[in-house]
Amino acid sequence: MSSHEIPEENLPAAQAADDHEHRSVAVADEKHPFADPGLPPHEHRIQDIDERAARRSERTVALLFTVSMLATIGFIASFVAIGVDENVYVWPFGHTNALNMALGLTLGLALFCIGAGAVHWARTLMSDVEIADERHAIEAAPEVKAKVMADFKQGAGESQIGRRKLIRNTMLGALAMVPLSGIVLLRDLGPLPEEKLRHTLWSKGKLLVNMNTNEPLKASDVAVGSLTFAMPEGLEEHDEDFQKEIAKAALMIVRIQPDNIKDKQELEWSHEGIVAYSKICTHVGCPISLYEQQTHHVLCPCHQSTFDLSDGGRVIFGPAGHALPQLRITVNDEGYLEALGDFAEPVGPAFWERG
Amino acid sequence: MSTTSASSHGESRSRGKAPAGERLADWADGRLGIYSLAKANLRKIFPDHWSFMLGEVALYSFIIIILTGVYLTLFFHPSMNEVEYHGSYVPLQGQLMSEAFASTLDISFDVRGGLLIRQIHHWAALVFLAAMFVHMMRVFFTGAFRKPREVNWLFGFLLFVLGMFTGFTGYSLPDDLLSGTGVRFMEGAILSVPIVGTYLSFFLFGGEFPGGDFVARFYSVHILLLPGIMLGLVVAHLILVFYHKHTQFAGPGRTNKNVVGMPLMPVYMAKAGGFFFLVFGVISAIAALVQINPIWAMGPYRPDQVSTGAQPDWYMGFSEGLIRAMPGWEINFAGHTLVLGVFIPLVIFPLVLVAIAAYPFIEAWVTGDKREHHIADRPRNAPTRTAVGVAWITWYVVMLIGGGNDLFATHFHLSINAVTWFVRIAFFVAPVIAFIVTKRICLGLQRRDKDKVLHGRETGIIKRLPHGEFIEVHEPLSQEQLYSLTAHEQHAPAELGPTVDENGVERKIKRKDKLRAKLSKGYFGEDGQIAKPTVEEYKEITSGHGHH
Repeated sequence: MSSHEIPEENLPAAQAADDHEHRSVAVADEKHPFADPGLPPHEHRIQDIDERAARRSERTVALLFTVSMLATIGFIASFVAIGVDENVYVWPFGHTNALNMALGLTLGLALFCIGAGAVHWARTLMSDVEIADERHAIEAAPEVKAKVMADFKQGAGESQIGRRKLIRNTMLGALAMVPLSGIVLLRDLGPLPEEKLRHTLWSKGKLLVNMNTNEPLKASDVAVGSLTFAMPEGLEEHDEDFQKEIAKAALMIVRIQPDNIKDKQELEWSHEGIVAYSKICTHVGCPISLYEQQTHHVLCPCHQSTFDLSDGGRVIFGPAGHALPQLRITVNDEGYLEALGDFAEPVGPAFWERG
Repeated sequence: MSTTSASSHGESRSRGKAPAGERLADWADGRLGIYSLAKANLRKIFPDHWSFMLGEVALYSFIIIILTGVYLTLFFHPSMNEVEYHGSYVPLQGQLMSEAFASTLDISFDVRGGLLIRQIHHWAALVFLAAMFVHMMRVFFTGAFRKPREVNWLFGFLLFVLGMFTGFTGYSLPDDLLSGTGVRFMEGAILSVPIVGTYLSFFLFGGEFPGGDFVARFYSVHILLLPGIMLGLVVAHLILVFYHKHTQFAGPGRTNKNVVGMPLMPVYMAKAGGFFFLVFGVISAIAALVQINPIWAMGPYRPDQVSTGAQPDWYMGFSEGLIRAMPGWEINFAGHTLVLGVFIPLVIFPLVLVAIAAYPFIEAWVTGDKREHHIADRPRNAPTRTAVGVAWITWYVVMLIGGGNDLFATHFHLSINAVTWFVRIAFFVAPVIAFIVTKRICLGLQRRDKDKVLHGRETGIIKRLPHGEFIEVHEPLSQEQLYSLTAHEQHAPAELGPTVDENGVERKIKRKDKLRAKLSKGYFGEDGQIAKPTVEEYKEITSGHGHH
């Protein structure tokens, strides 16, 4: 590590600078053991001393600006010539929209070349001599501060705000109250929650409609291990409030061997092992869509809350706070599945009034 | 009059008039006072360092976002009215969707160049947030937030936070399946707020989720309210940068009382102006080549549908991680539900950000330093600060991992439960480890600097001595290097003072002061920094013809 026992003249620096650098080190003070040698002398670039090199730089910059002009012409030409729906195969990007690629690349090139030209110009031709500017303290000099304080005092005194408390207090009161109007105006942003989150479209006798076929679900059509999504009869995609209603009423239907159902109430609320659970996650309301038929677990793809559909929809992993609500179902005379009422509890994410 | 003007303007100008540019400038000066402004700023000096570009990237991407955003408003319909799609994207023809989604499809498939501008807008938003984040870290690690720049630090921090929400309201506008899922998540989070959550949600969405209002409401927030505030903050941020003058790294001739670099005109006009075009050009090329947010592949939003791998844009990822890692705590009492499993993440989300925003004020309190600082610290020379910063980044990254726990599980063939548990533990442990490790590394680097100052640079030249020993030749540093490596200041830890006063009565030391002394010791005590080489050490080592 150390260079002991070497004659100093053998050190590279000593050889190069004839011992000059090493010895001339100025010592400053306790805080800064080495004195500031000041700005190093300016080093000339090749363009500063060789006019031919400078001209080369000039040509490079001009070339970049010219390429930019050509690219803009290319942009306009692409816009006119390429159809909006033309696709091309470009390795390694695959099939891509030809117009988008042509416009983007020509625009990108036109912009980039302007930038590159300007930067090259600055770096090679504009003066690169470093200049030092003085800094001045941000805070004002004491006399400036004194003047401001005096002015402020005079202004405040002339307004008499300190003396006439009645004016001051009523003004503060008025200013404090006037924003209330703005807050009141926000009231009609939406209706009050009331009991809206507690009810869904489900009610006694409503048939379960398969969302894929739009047909009522027959108990005999639900196989063990299958996952079916259902909505209440009467709800149509064209309905004005379809989004709002489906956000609460969406169901998952699975069939589990009745022996495998661990929860007693779940078994009672099912029909021969066909169970209907809310599809809306009790965490923050994502639709649950991943079903593992061997374990009867469902997983919400958003935040990975996992529920056991053979055990009352219990949470077995993830951030959800309570079990999935189950819908009580039965089968009617014609063999179609129907609801025995609304959910017993609110579906979806928990909220303060949920209880 | 006539003779002087003729002689001063010379024959080169016809009819003795100033050139048009000068006359225009005179006109403007008479009304706007531009000459005084230009006097102070035309040749303003800016120092050069690659890391000073990061803020510029943020500024330029912000301008790009505004330009492309204005274009998009010409075609986008911020309405949730359900329409049947009849545009040119065949797979979705005949589908019911909101006008917002349909008009976004039109922008992507029927407006020539619309897709490009959409993609530039979205890419620039990602770059904007990333650039702000990295710029903020540069300012943090170099201590450039110290007096007089604390207010500008806060302006920048506000820009970052507002940028996050502008991004969120922006990517929610197309009303596609992915963004709708994100809005649903937000609704669930609002519902968790005790007492008022349900009301807030109903007021925000105009009733039950999703309702028919949120796109129009997000639209005015996204294109008017937030960008308006941000534009004001950007201007204020830049005015302060000019007013304070830029920080610089210590070096020969660079002191706390000057700023060394090149003038705004012409060098930085060309460099910074050119850099705007470089950033714009690169983002355009990315938008041409790399698809972003293909809403047509996700389809219109339906509250009962979802796909796997749903992720927010990256800057929202850490909040996603919080919500995914939190255990599902729920407390039911007296007919009410306290949804801690969602509400706690909702509270931590702003606290994570506030933690880094508040740091400059905590450091100022601990050090008690009231002076102006214009020399940027090397991160190693402020080990505690650097360690705090790295710990914070580690914390943030742990949450980001949590936000993508499903992707980590599928890409690395891990159990989702294991990834989630890792995040839960690492949330508490990883920042502590990062703090300790970073501090050690900083101290090690300080030792290395000291070694370099005292013993010189390792040249890699191996020399054999007459008696057979091999040694490496060390080259002494130049005066410039010696100065740069020792220019930083080192403080002594704050003392509590005597525990008894002059009368021998026990002095009460406030708990606040005790804490401060303890923190100060952590910053500047034995474990907080390596003492700079002193004059004596250097003299002793370098005297006697290099014998040491």
